[in-house]
Amino acid sequence: MIQILKKELSFYFKGMFGWFFGAVLLAFAGVYTVILNCSMGYANYEYTVNNMSFMFLIIIPILTMRSVSEERKQRTDQLLYSLPVSMWDVVIGKYLAMLITLLVPTLIMCIYPLFLMKYGTVSYTTALYNIAAFYMLGAALIAAGLFISTLTENQAIAAGGSFALFLVTYFGKNLTDHIPGTAAASLAALIAAAVVIAAVLFIFTKNIYAAGIFICVCVCVLELLYRHSKKLFEGLFASIIGNISVFERFYVFARGVFDFKSIVYFVSVIIFFLYLSLQSLEKRRWS
Amino acid sequence: MIEVSEIYKYYNEEPAVKGISFSITENGVYGFLGPNGAGKSTTMNIITGCLAASSGSVKIDGHDIFEEPEKAKAGIGYLPEQPPLYMDMTPYEYLKFVAEARGVKKAELKDKISYAMDVTGITPIKDRLIKNLSKGYKQRVGIAQTMLGNPGIIILDEPTVGLDPKQITEIRELVRNLGKNHIVLFSSHILSEVQTISDHIIIIARGQLIADSRVHDLDSILKKEPIIKLRLKGEGKLCMEMLNAAADPENIRIISEEDGISNIEISTETPEKTAEQLFFACADKRIPIIEMTLVKPTLEEAFLELTERRDTYTDDSSAQENAIKLAGTNGGKAG
Repeated sequence: MIQILKKELSFYFKGMFGWFFGAVLLAFAGVYTVILNCSMGYANYEYTVNNMSFMFLIIIPILTMRSVSEERKQRTDQLLYSLPVSMWDVVIGKYLAMLITLLVPTLIMCIYPLFLMKYGTVSYTTALYNIAAFYMLGAALIAAGLFISTLTENQAIAAGGSFALFLVTYFGKNLTDHIPGTAAASLAALIAAAVVIAAVLFIFTKNIYAAGIFICVCVCVLELLYRHSKKLFEGLFASIIGNISVFERFYVFARGVFDFKSIVYFVSVIIFFLYLSLQSLEKRRWS
Repeated sequence: MIEVSEIYKYYNEEPAVKGISFSITENGVYGFLGPNGAGKSTTMNIITGCLAASSGSVKIDGHDIFEEPEKAKAGIGYLPEQPPLYMDMTPYEYLKFVAEARGVKKAELKDKISYAMDVTGITPIKDRLIKNLSKGYKQRVGIAQTMLGNPGIIILDEPTVGLDPKQITEIRELVRNLGKNHIVLFSSHILSEVQTISDHIIIIARGQLIADSRVHDLDSILKKEPIIKLRLKGEGKLCMEMLNAAADPENIRIISEEDGISNIEISTETPEKTAEQLFFACADKRIPIIEMTLVKPTLEEAFLELTERRDTYTDDSSAQENAIKLAGTNGGKAG
């Protein structure tokens, strides 16, 4: 794992990529700090961090797009498969390298509120745990981006796929506001979501039966629950989207609350996507 | 030591490898020969753990490649058909990464890398970016990485494809030298190349093993009787009656018959003697010989004929049974 980590870090920091990534993130951190804290006079650095999360929609897909796609395109994945290292080592090594690439500018960001404290009453503790939550959000998105990168050998598709997923997650709560909160509307939205998941399942497994069984089970369970208790479905879809969105979880910190549940959620998302990445790499051996 | 037993691989229910078995125990160069699409790369990918077999097992030094992958892979150095090189690294950086991943101790790292670079002749270009190297040098860097960690087995998938004649000669020489201290299994679809480099030969076609022997015995495996081609002025039936007396009827085939001219092929182990008998038989029956030609098939033609002939097998067990075996030869044995 260490060898994979070293190789990846070598790519990020011996070349321009890691430095450029950090520079972009810090440049935007500076711009947001100047606008929100200096010009508009907010004494809350959490607002700055909160607004900066939008940047992840663009920079995380750029960070993750090459991680596995490039290996597949250059056929260097065959080297990784034939070396005496496990696929977990590969996944964790690559993931940690990206985490470190994000960590460098994030640590530098911790200096910004120190400057602000000289000119106002900024809570450094609140700023710090918001930055920590910001980093955890990035870590969760990197895990998702890594997984998408394992699905294709085309970097542009990997970046586009990650961007689309993050966009839906980012605007998910706003979009659900436009869905009526009635039980019937929630049921329809949940069935539509099940169809989308079944389609994704089919694309990745090429198993029409698995996708068919999944959709049948989902529809049956939803229908039974709906008949049993319509009240349960009122506003259910919006509630689910709000709860699974990593961005919604992150916004809790901006309210000045250190939400341990959200941290657990971020860690769960990371483990989930790393496990999917591992399975995706192992699946290639069998295809 | 490589032990491959009864491996099958299906792609979308289409068989790519059908029950291949062989074992290699002694150092040397083993040529893995077969036409394009025969299943060479698939078999090599299965042996190296890059691909899972649908059934069957592969053991490297007694370790199953899927049950104990890390132990098994530690004994293999693998160069796929397209060298798996990181273009933005220098050869030294690349070899250092591979050596570390193969568990080479820090104290030995420099020496092992230097040795691999010296053997493959890439020391002068060790600090240039791999993307700027020629195809021949890239191939050498790929071969150098297979030597790191001192694996007992080196597997090379078509290492000379796309190289110019000088580079081909150099790589062949390199492979021959590696065979002195390792088991080198290298694939090729070129018979002459396998003959030149290998001590031992394993032939596969359409995913089936069809021959496994020492390279010295290749001639006897691919032996094909010379053919006498005859054009006779006479009806086919009449000609056949006459020829049956002069040669073994099983070896006589009427190829065509038109305008009273019969084209006939006769395979024989003793072409001169048979030709003489045919001449006198035709003279006795007063059948004019329009043309008589002796055709001696080349080794390449015999190889093609062998692999195509084996293509016709549909039953896997019969194909395995028909695999040409010269058991107990130089460490390699067909299963």
